Amino acid sequence: MSLTDQIVQYLVTGVSIGAVYGLVGLGLAIIFNATGVINFAQGEFVMLGGMCAVAFTGLGMPLIVAALLSIAVVTAVGLLVERLAIRALPRASIITLIIATIGASFVLKGGAKLLWGPEAVILPSFSGHAPLHIGAAGIDPQRVWVMGVALVSVIGVQLFFKYTLTGKAMQACAINRSAAQLVGININRMVSLSFGLSAALAAIGGIVLTPVTMMRYSQGATFTLTGFLAAVVGGLGNGIGAVVGGIMLGVLEALAGGFVDVATRGLIHSGYSKAIALAVALLILWLRPQGLLGRRERESA
Amino acid sequence: MNSTRTRVWLATLTILAFLGLLVGCSRKSPEDVVVRPLPAPVTPESAPVTIGAILSLTGPASPSGEPQKNIVQMLVEQVNAQGGVLGRPLEVIVRDDESTPAGAVKAANDLIEQGVVAIIGPSTTPSTMPLKDICQEAGVPLIACAAGKTITDPVASYVFAVPQTNTLAVEKCFDYLEKQGIDKVASIYVANPFGEDGRENIAALAAEKGIEIVAVETFGGDDTDMTTQLTKIKAAEPGALICWGTNPGPASVTKDAKTIGLDVPILQSHGVANMKFIELAGEAANGVQLPAGRLIVWEQLADDDPHKDVLREFATTYQEEYGQAPTIFAGYAYDAFWIAVQAITEAGEADRAKVRDAIEQIKDFQGTAGVFNYSAEDHNGLTMDAFVWVKIVDGAWQLAE
Amino acid sequence: MSAARQIADKGGARWSSLLRATAWLLLAAVVATPLLLGEGYRLPGGVGKNYLLTIGIFTGIHAIIAVGLGLLMGYAGQVSLGHAAFYGLGAYSSAILTTKLGLPPLLAMLAGIMLTALIALILGAPTLRLHGHYLAMFTLGLGMIVQIVFNQARGLTGGFGGVRNIPHLGIGSWQFDTKPEFYAVVMLTLGVTLLMAHNLVNSRSGRALRALHESELAAAICGVDVARSKLQVFVISAVLASVAGSLYAHFMRFVSPGPFGFVFSVDLLIMVVVGGAGSIWGPVAGAALFNILSETLGKIGEQVPWVADLDIVLFGVVLVAVVVFLPRGLVTLAARRPGRARGPAIQPEAQAEA
Repeated sequence: MSLTDQIVQYLVTGVSIGAVYGLVGLGLAIIFNATGVINFAQGEFVMLGGMCAVAFTGLGMPLIVAALLSIAVVTAVGLLVERLAIRALPRASIITLIIATIGASFVLKGGAKLLWGPEAVILPSFSGHAPLHIGAAGIDPQRVWVMGVALVSVIGVQLFFKYTLTGKAMQACAINRSAAQLVGININRMVSLSFGLSAALAAIGGIVLTPVTMMRYSQGATFTLTGFLAAVVGGLGNGIGAVVGGIMLGVLEALAGGFVDVATRGLIHSGYSKAIALAVALLILWLRPQGLLGRRERESA
Repeated sequence: MNSTRTRVWLATLTILAFLGLLVGCSRKSPEDVVVRPLPAPVTPESAPVTIGAILSLTGPASPSGEPQKNIVQMLVEQVNAQGGVLGRPLEVIVRDDESTPAGAVKAANDLIEQGVVAIIGPSTTPSTMPLKDICQEAGVPLIACAAGKTITDPVASYVFAVPQTNTLAVEKCFDYLEKQGIDKVASIYVANPFGEDGRENIAALAAEKGIEIVAVETFGGDDTDMTTQLTKIKAAEPGALICWGTNPGPASVTKDAKTIGLDVPILQSHGVANMKFIELAGEAANGVQLPAGRLIVWEQLADDDPHKDVLREFATTYQEEYGQAPTIFAGYAYDAFWIAVQAITEAGEADRAKVRDAIEQIKDFQGTAGVFNYSAEDHNGLTMDAFVWVKIVDGAWQLAE
Repeated sequence: MSAARQIADKGGARWSSLLRATAWLLLAAVVATPLLLGEGYRLPGGVGKNYLLTIGIFTGIHAIIAVGLGLLMGYAGQVSLGHAAFYGLGAYSSAILTTKLGLPPLLAMLAGIMLTALIALILGAPTLRLHGHYLAMFTLGLGMIVQIVFNQARGLTGGFGGVRNIPHLGIGSWQFDTKPEFYAVVMLTLGVTLLMAHNLVNSRSGRALRALHESELAAAICGVDVARSKLQVFVISAVLASVAGSLYAHFMRFVSPGPFGFVFSVDLLIMVVVGGAGSIWGPVAGAALFNILSETLGKIGEQVPWVADLDIVLFGVVLVAVVVFLPRGLVTLAARRPGRARGPAIQPEAQAEA
């Protein structure tokens, strides 16, 4: 394999890993904007989406029906989490709310294990296994689906916020809660909506991911963490930022995995690739606290 | 403010002095210096014989621990339906270690004080290591269901293990490589105790056999894309790829290798010797070869194979009870359970020291992992014979010897 | 802001000192129980001395970290998602320095403290000047990086095989090699930690920190160096985690990367919030509840299998319930009139921004 071929493969891999990070980050950003809360159950929404789809197809439903039903179920779960863990705490601090979402994530994770056991499950690929080729680089067709869904999601979310009344109302909430309330926006409804929307997005992500990455009850936390990093590096409060941040992390990870041991003459093993990507991300955040695409925060107290 | 602070100081000092006094007192009695086994309680004939089981029911190791709990609970009922042990009912107390060493330590202290005769488990090496000291000091036999070689090397007299070791599995792999005349391999392993133990064994044996390792890569337990690592491996042009891990990572490795066109024989560890692996890896699984216990191919064994009866019994009862084929991990608990029961029976009484002696005397014990022959020097008891070479053909396991 | 003091503030002088004395006595009795229990004696459920001591030791170790984290969350209004990393740094420093270099345990512990303090400084200095979730972010990243280093730096950490045969904790020839002794050491360390936290909260910088709650702006105007005060608390909390880690290493005599990951960082947050950040005793209560609840569920699960199956779910439900019904944590229960628990709630800094 020539060096160029390798680099192309790393870039392709990086973008496809990054798309997953970004997809989760996007959902996190939506909830964060509406509530200021980092939803630690976001990864569990992704996991549930995949697990439900597997369960429904297992009952003999066609994939598309199973997918729609899963999205409906996970959206309902998202709304329920908002109702039981967020709205029940009207005066709580942000940290308390975050802990409440952690509690919710435990319940979802434990429930998934009870229902479906501890082993990984898988869905059939949407369009076969024959790898697609970009030059000498190969990619699983399902990963193209994942990237496509990430792209469509981020564009869809942008359009929703820009051009629909509800979307604009949600934006208004994010920018200034009390002002939004004054002009008659129902804040509670907006917060519910953000949870519903973000759970639906997560479910879609989980469904397209499962055929290529498999899914198990315990996987949620990993999604949440990487998604959170992607969202912050990209600039929290900016949907496109989450995807850009995710792809940047993914590409960094792949390139570090590919070259770090050569570059350091074996001193640093490629097992450190994630750590290197993280360190670079933190460095970026240190130099540019508002994230890659975020606007500079006003110095306010 | 000042007086409050003084009072807090005083109160704390009082408590500390009190504590010091307590420790001082307890130190005077020699009983406390070494944790001794409890004096055998007076047991009426009907009191149950109690065994403890520490398994990973939650946390990352739960895919191993869950089936182990299932099998143990099933076997207890079976034994009691047939009259129990030593004419007394058998009781197994199952505790979850939450896949953490601390959880295992808490559970072990509790079980020991509840008077268990022996402990089965834990499911993982990190959970087992701190118990090595605890069980040795308390004089309670431990039959570990984890494969790390440090569990039985060096030998602690009360600590035994049932899984086939990675050392034996890796030897089996290298036999294959030598037979095929492959002298350059790449290895990829999952970043967990099982994977790393495999990596160490591969490195050691490769050096011994003069086989060159052209690339060593690793992946995380929750990683789902191994393309980067495999691309590097492809560039290093190995003659074969050895992957060491448990589901689901190795399935990703197998699929991603196909995607990027890495066309070399793929050898996996016995950690994926289950139907789940084939289900997850799909078509890509075909052609994968690995060393495995006979469990996965028991139906293909010759009828006069001495292993067949045990395996048939185990596989069919598990299938009936839980509607799926057993994993090797369930097999470990099965073996540990019967070894404990046999040792108690042979010891003739529920005495920890005698049970330990009885375990060490066990010879020719037909387990699911192989034939166990324990001795004072060997607390794992298995040989290379525990493995057969298997291959996946048309989505099914095939005995390749 | 101890529970005893809260009670004291409300009752009459004599009544309150009686209550306070009772509270202290009760506490002393609870702490002493595992030491006083006879070797052969069993509490209900077959609970014996060594098991109680073991739970006590882990509770104590967790409480030491939780007190520090409670100061950070309750007084500096910041969250750390990576305290397990500091805990791990302490544990591995002790493990490596005592086994590989043969350093005496106390010296190794000190080295761990210094390393942790240094890393906390480097991490905290830039981030604590910013508003929002940056410390959370950086500590989360640090936690993940440290975990990878524990896994990968085999020459030093032994990878997943871990570090074995860590010596007992001891000073010179005095070895704390029995459970009662180790328990006493842990409780003593916890006692000193609480005392220190008490003094910090009531010191000049502590008062400055409390001023932060009312308003950072106001505090700054009054001449409080906000960032510096926060940094101080952050470093102290990291050091406490490191000390707890060293204790863990000497108790287990074996360390492996698993216990120092994100899961434990979250467990710590849970202890603090459930117990009540913003009071010194809250995190201690949280650590105790966390350990007792997990063991109780385990013990009930022995008899009632479905409890074992529901373990994680029940844990989540209890967590949400505590947060919903006792938003200021368990310490609320100790105050006479609930709803009027004293001590600052967690500083809602990010909320002010949103």
